[in-house]
Amino acid sequence: MTRSADDPAAGAEAPPPGAVPPGRTARPHRAGPDWPFHAAFIALGSVYVLLVVALLAADVLSTSPRHLLDALAKPEIRFAVRLTLVTCTIAALLSIVVAMPLAYLLSRHEFPGRRAVEAVLDIPVVLPPLVLGLSLLILFHLPVAGATLESLAQRHLGMRVAYTPVAVVIAQFAVACAFAVHSLQVTFDRIDPRAEQVARTLGCRRDQAFCRVVLPQAWRGVVAAFTIAWARSLGEFGPILVFAGATRMRTEVLSTTVFLELSVGQLEAAVAVSLIMIAAAIVVLAIVRLLGGKVA
Amino acid sequence: MIEVCGLTVRSGGFRLAAADLGVPSGGYGVLMGRTGSGKTTLLEGICGLRPATAGTVRLDGIDITGAPLSARGIGYVPQDLALFPTMSVRDHLGFALRVRRVPRAEIATRVATLAESLEIAHLGERGVRDLSGGEARRVALGRALSFRPRLLLLDEPLAAVDEATRDRLCVLLRRIQREHGVTTLHVTHSRDEARRLADILYVIEHGVVTSRPLASLAAAGDDA
Repeated sequence: MTRSADDPAAGAEAPPPGAVPPGRTARPHRAGPDWPFHAAFIALGSVYVLLVVALLAADVLSTSPRHLLDALAKPEIRFAVRLTLVTCTIAALLSIVVAMPLAYLLSRHEFPGRRAVEAVLDIPVVLPPLVLGLSLLILFHLPVAGATLESLAQRHLGMRVAYTPVAVVIAQFAVACAFAVHSLQVTFDRIDPRAEQVARTLGCRRDQAFCRVVLPQAWRGVVAAFTIAWARSLGEFGPILVFAGATRMRTEVLSTTVFLELSVGQLEAAVAVSLIMIAAAIVVLAIVRLLGGKVA
Repeated sequence: MIEVCGLTVRSGGFRLAAADLGVPSGGYGVLMGRTGSGKTTLLEGICGLRPATAGTVRLDGIDITGAPLSARGIGYVPQDLALFPTMSVRDHLGFALRVRRVPRAEIATRVATLAESLEIAHLGERGVRDLSGGEARRVALGRALSFRPRLLLLDEPLAAVDEATRDRLCVLLRRIQREHGVTTLHVTHSRDEARRLADILYVIEHGVVTSRPLASLAAAGDDA
């Protein structure tokens, strides 16, 4: 029912929302302290934080500088460190080269199948790592019109792929690139497309507007995406194990070193290598945190 | 001279229907309309940011309807200015000249002259994040004029500034436009701006553009 301006009941006599109806007594409102709420949330939330801290502390406490130096003195582990640095850097660079255009297109354009492309990009993130490695192995050995990708690489590039360092890079790239795309898409989403449009009215071609106006705003995001891709590559294990193998002094990277050292009962060496990886991860996190808040 | 004939542009669910409009060479046209009437869509259609589904845009007698955005020679100042956050004021004024590979010495001279004329020479290397509303508008205007465009499109260039700044910018706009002799189309919802600047007046309502005599601005009220 609506009330007209002439309705004498309209106006000042209308009860305010939430008022107690006549004939009923109001229960006194008890505000109560906030601390039980905060205490409960802090207690529940800190379970996970403490777990992570305890994991790191356990690693640090179960090794010693001596173990660390012994591990680094082993030629196999020194090889693994070198191969890890090289393959992670190549995989991260390749990820940026591919992810930048893809993320830009997804950020700036509506096109048929855009949602499908985004869904495809989520697959490497959610796919079990071993399955991804197996899929890579199958892809490179699947005969199509009498040839496989492996045989084509041998014939035209003179190199083998599976069970070589090239396979390590491909396995790392397969996962890292998806993370780089997600990170860069957020970066481009935050950059106002209007400035790019104005740059084009000022005489820029699309590529010039991208290089002169978008990239200078996106560079922190690009560095952050590179760092994330590098970190993902560092932690990659399953796909590398299946597609590149874990051959010492050939395809062994730090993640496979941990596995190999554990498999021969060298717990101290495995923990020492883990600490090296944790240190690298912390450096990466620090870079991402430093740049992440300032993107665009 | 800008001649728009039957220009039809879509912007999401909005449709600008067969707009006709013309501003003679060196003239100052004002297009008035309420928020959502299609003013910005029309400007974007003219400068090529939105493709025309019908009609033509002729600039100095040349059909530019299908021309690439970068080749139209139109200076555009959007309502949000869209300054480049990583560039200094001087970089903005020289941007279009660097894109055109104008020699450095000439860029320096032209930028200095333009900055002087817009009274922003003192801002030099300052970043655009630190500018006041009035300064930012002068920089956006300078950036759009820097390559000597044949047409200047201004999308509510005096919105969201205080009255004193608006007065000063009105005077500056008229002076700069005369100095450069550039044909200008200025979009606004303010009668006062139209009164002070217009040589020729158009009104847009629900995507339909109509020509109006300047005398119609004498009516009371400030907004369209």
